[in-house]
Amino acid sequence: MYKMQLLVCSGTGCRASASATIVEKLNESLKAHQLTEEAQVVTTGCFGFCEKGPIVKVIPDNTFYTQVKPEDAEEIVTEHILKGRKVSRLLYEDPENKEHIIDSKHMGFYQKQMRIALRNCGVIDPENIDEYIVRDGYSALAQVVTDLTPEQAIDMVKQSGLRGRGGAGFPTGLKWEITSKFSSDQKYVVCNADEGDPGAFMDRSILEGDPNSIIEAMAICGYCIGATKGLVYIRAEYPLAIKRLEIAIGQAREYGLLGNNIFGSKFSFDMELRYGAGAFVCGEETALIASMEGKRGEPRVKPPFPAESGYMHKPTNVNNVETFANVPVIFLKGPEWYSAIGTEKSKGTKVFALAGKINNVGLIEVPMGITLREIIYEIGGGIKNGKNFKAVQTGGPSGGCLTEAHLDTPIDFDSLVAAGSMMGSGGMIVMDEDDCMVSIAKFYLEFIVEESCGKCTPCRIGNKRMLEILEKITQGKGSMEDLDHLRNLAYVIKDTSLCGLGQSSPNPVLSTLENFYDEYVAHVKDKRCFAKQCKAMAKYTINPDVCTGCTICARNCPVDAITGEKREPHFIHQEICTHCGVCYQKCKFNAINVE
Amino acid sequence: METIKLTIDNRQVEVPKGTTILQAAHQAGINIPSLCYMNLPYLAQEHKPGSCRVCVVEIPGRKNLVPACATECTDEMKVLSHSLRAINARRTVVELLLSDHPKDCLICPSSGNCELQKLSITMGIREINSVENAAMSTYRKDASPALNRNMDKCVMCRSCETVCNEIQTVGALSAVNRGFMSVVAPAFEQELTDSPCTFCGQCVAVCPTGALTAVDNTFHVIRALADPNKYVVVQTAPAVRAALGEEFGYPPGNSVTGKMVAALRSIGFDQVYDTDFAADLTIMEEGTELLDRLSRFLDGDKNVRLPILTSCCPAWVNFFETNYPDMLDVPSTARSPQQMFGAIAKTYMAEKLGIKREDMVVVSVMPCLAKKYECQRDEFKVDGNPDVDYAITTRELAHLIKIGNIDFNTLKEEDFDRPMGESTGAGLIFGVTGGVIEAATRTAYELFTGKKLEKVDFHELRGMEGIRTASVNFDGTYIHIGIAHTLGNARKLLDGIRKGMYNFHAIEIMACPGGCIGGGGQPLHRGNSIVLKARMDAIYKEDFNKPIRKSHENPEIIKLYEEFLGKPLSEKSHKLLHTHYFSHPKK
Amino acid sequence: MTKIKSLDDLRQKKQQLEQGMDIREKSDHPENLVQIKVAMATCGIASGARTVMNTLVEKMKKEKIAAVVTQTGCMGYCYAEPTVEVTKPGMDPVVFSYVDVKKAEEIVDKYILNNELLDGILPKNYQTI
Repeated sequence: MYKMQLLVCSGTGCRASASATIVEKLNESLKAHQLTEEAQVVTTGCFGFCEKGPIVKVIPDNTFYTQVKPEDAEEIVTEHILKGRKVSRLLYEDPENKEHIIDSKHMGFYQKQMRIALRNCGVIDPENIDEYIVRDGYSALAQVVTDLTPEQAIDMVKQSGLRGRGGAGFPTGLKWEITSKFSSDQKYVVCNADEGDPGAFMDRSILEGDPNSIIEAMAICGYCIGATKGLVYIRAEYPLAIKRLEIAIGQAREYGLLGNNIFGSKFSFDMELRYGAGAFVCGEETALIASMEGKRGEPRVKPPFPAESGYMHKPTNVNNVETFANVPVIFLKGPEWYSAIGTEKSKGTKVFALAGKINNVGLIEVPMGITLREIIYEIGGGIKNGKNFKAVQTGGPSGGCLTEAHLDTPIDFDSLVAAGSMMGSGGMIVMDEDDCMVSIAKFYLEFIVEESCGKCTPCRIGNKRMLEILEKITQGKGSMEDLDHLRNLAYVIKDTSLCGLGQSSPNPVLSTLENFYDEYVAHVKDKRCFAKQCKAMAKYTINPDVCTGCTICARNCPVDAITGEKREPHFIHQEICTHCGVCYQKCKFNAINVE
Repeated sequence: METIKLTIDNRQVEVPKGTTILQAAHQAGINIPSLCYMNLPYLAQEHKPGSCRVCVVEIPGRKNLVPACATECTDEMKVLSHSLRAINARRTVVELLLSDHPKDCLICPSSGNCELQKLSITMGIREINSVENAAMSTYRKDASPALNRNMDKCVMCRSCETVCNEIQTVGALSAVNRGFMSVVAPAFEQELTDSPCTFCGQCVAVCPTGALTAVDNTFHVIRALADPNKYVVVQTAPAVRAALGEEFGYPPGNSVTGKMVAALRSIGFDQVYDTDFAADLTIMEEGTELLDRLSRFLDGDKNVRLPILTSCCPAWVNFFETNYPDMLDVPSTARSPQQMFGAIAKTYMAEKLGIKREDMVVVSVMPCLAKKYECQRDEFKVDGNPDVDYAITTRELAHLIKIGNIDFNTLKEEDFDRPMGESTGAGLIFGVTGGVIEAATRTAYELFTGKKLEKVDFHELRGMEGIRTASVNFDGTYIHIGIAHTLGNARKLLDGIRKGMYNFHAIEIMACPGGCIGGGGQPLHRGNSIVLKARMDAIYKEDFNKPIRKSHENPEIIKLYEEFLGKPLSEKSHKLLHTHYFSHPKK
Repeated sequence: MTKIKSLDDLRQKKQQLEQGMDIREKSDHPENLVQIKVAMATCGIASGARTVMNTLVEKMKKEKIAAVVTQTGCMGYCYAEPTVEVTKPGMDPVVFSYVDVKKAEEIVDKYILNNELLDGILPKNYQTI
């Protein structure tokens, strides 16, 4: 049994600064001091503190050494392991009071990620309601229905500053208040679990990891707005989430946490599931309601808002999964506690699905106001393969691409919109120097064209036309005039579309036109793609000095554009070449150049 | 009433609360163009999906442009209908619509009558900023006996969908597919003939473009007229004369009966007859059937099913055959006037004129598309030869007149040929909602009571409300009458009857708004209720001025029974003038 | 199951649960069991978490170690699925990444039985309320 363990970060950042050598040196040193039975060196995944890497952590005392160099290994072993004295010069220094922090648990860094919505995910067994109850589950509901009036409860949600996590960021308390004011024989609470942004899966994770929190929150909402019926609109391709939600609903009913006279009060509430077929537009609340009613899933003109006339023409409050997941915490910890987190106008945390050219792809939850730099370089562990950061796309297919210039902007609902993107449901896709921004815009537009419901003209035809222009540009056939048309179309679609999907659909185009205009111009004027992604524009040539004349390129060229004698340098005939890139992939000697 | 003051393009407007920007602008003399908006106030149906985005206007301070048709005015609102931003957006939207629209305007059936074309003309669009070979959304063409669908020309205004589902409750059309390939079609994009479509043609009447058009039989008629071996007779439905003038520049509400007859004769028809004659005949048969059922009912016969339902309207017949197969014995068995006319023309008349059945061609001019379907039903054929060969619409007749190089406006009025051109005011009012039942009442009253009817005009049966009820005093016996126009209202009545909510003795149903005057074969009403009202007034006016206003007083009808049929519901009548219905519930 | 009819009922229930089967909250009591949690959201299952969980259950049975193996939701380490969290009595939880059948057995043999860590463990980098 080891008494001590030395954890050495082998995340990309730390590895780049010689963490492998540190491991080597530590092992050598342990051996030299005959400590191999006492202590073990272990490599770990990214600590997410790449800024101060390489990191070495010693357990069990949780000592956290930063910016360790290979030559420090000996000192760590002799001082700390052998003599039990911490090497204070390597300890993390608090940036504010300059004190050395010994125990990593007290480091500010760990507040970078704060799990509120995901508080129980990965902690409890989602199929056992008891585990939720042990973690204070349903006590918010109990408190609300027994001690508070609906008005008081709504006030607390308003005070917390919680805003809808589905994308637009409408204040949740206000939404509840508006719905509560309409009187009707029946009202509905709807949970929007039609998570449609490609790559976003926080709602699924919450439903799969903590379904009871949604049930509890929906019941609280029902009490506040005067609804006795809850509906979860969930996509049918989330079978596990459906199963766990059904189990949770069943268990809640057995405990009487759903049903009549909850906690002995006059409040009754029950809920059921409605399945969606996975249309992106059904995440828009009026389309979602139409779909639940068995109609074609397409949005309608608002007003009337669902708060007045929603499901079956009854007052309906629609919130997204993540929004609901935050609700019980507001009552457990108090609205003041909640509103202390985040920025002035965006309170609390936001879950992001971090993806793309980033080392630590993952589901993260961070307080509002964190910078993109912190997310990408600290939590995300930086860009893959040491490449350069180029852009980050937030807000799903209808969000925008932000650049290096935005890296230090504290992100919240409003700052993202101001920067030409949006929060959306929390997709965050990182791009590096190998990504062509025109192709990226095209990719998102393809999704939008696929998912447009076809109701209004600008979205139905306009997006198709924008896509056609982008296709033309990426094929090297674009003109400067096309860029003007593209911009005009984008503005008109944004200005005239019926629903939020259409209105935000040009964002990827507009933000890339804004931030990467030179790339567009290069495609159009110079017929060049910096990232070499637009194959139609690539010029493939053979470097005669490297070519061995193996003939593999000529044999694989689908259009016989390559000629040459065996063991002699080959040649690509540009007038025949279709830029398919097969020669480039096949060549074993890196003899093919791409321009 | 609470009013709201706002400014549109610097003009002060005061409107009642709840008014939309589009309506307020109209009131201020500002015509904001629109495409998908359709208002049918007399049917309480305002179609404002806000989907075409042509009517977008700018409201300074708002993030996006708003659709004028679907945005309510608010106090102190400032609206800019022609700011650069609004004009550019509107123009771009219309350009987008045009970019996905066939450019065959010159040969389009709706050319000159197309709302999209009009928008392009008013906006002065000269080029479409779109990439070369931009994709077009194209769909399989669909032909039926009555109407054609060319959805390449659909602009997704969804008016047809609203008419088919909300007004007619037929449910044949709805939006299918998504995104660029979205289109209005029968479920699973099956063909209309496999759908619950009744061929009422109201979708055609509201379609702003050439996506939904009527089947055109004009050239069949021209060929028949040119055939020396064919004897071609024509019948014209009552509603046709009340609307035909609109195709020649007359304002709605001008009945052009005399000119129409002159034109038909000039075109070369051998006999110009009137469907009104057959309408009178219908009253004799249907009215007698009603009285028969009624007397038995009043005598306590439990096997009698009441109410009796009129059966003149072929779309209505299609509708109940599809939707109410359990009630097939309720409607009158009397054929529609078009078919009665054909049956008499090819027997009684042919014999009189000494012409063989197969050498006679019967053309009917109808305000209706379903008539095209009706006349080719198997039960209306003898050895494969149809009683009515070709049904053409009012619009086709206008074309025929134009092709015949006839200056309609200077024509001298002429009268129908006899005997089948003789008619009464009762036959004429078949063209409006409530008219068939009023005509039946005029005759049934006298036959039932044996007394002379002093007051011929039954105002209680007239009007534009979707469902009307009245009780008519038959000398102490009250006859309860229900009237519905549009199939949606018909459904309400029928469902009520199924549930036993009503105790009507007789019900009249017409599928189109306002009755036949609003038919799918008329000059397109596009939901304009003023036009329908004017046509209705023209019909009642002409009825008022007719010397004979009761069907059973039509001398040629009396002669027809004496010479040929015997009496109403005789064996011969049953063979020639009655029919039976088929249950065909559609998938 | 008994109904929870009031706030007091809920508190009692919570207490009962904590005292009775509380295995999650007070792992610093040495008499407690080894807790193993397998992240079993859809993505975890898709990358093989179910097999891993079965392996761990079998292995613990075979080695006669008193342990509770449960499923849980998403831990957020998408890049390192399947992930398994092991909490030994009195010790901080350790998260193992890229766990396959072989690694699952190693976790038991090396870490649970011998306290020897495996390369590639994941540091917890967030706080939870």
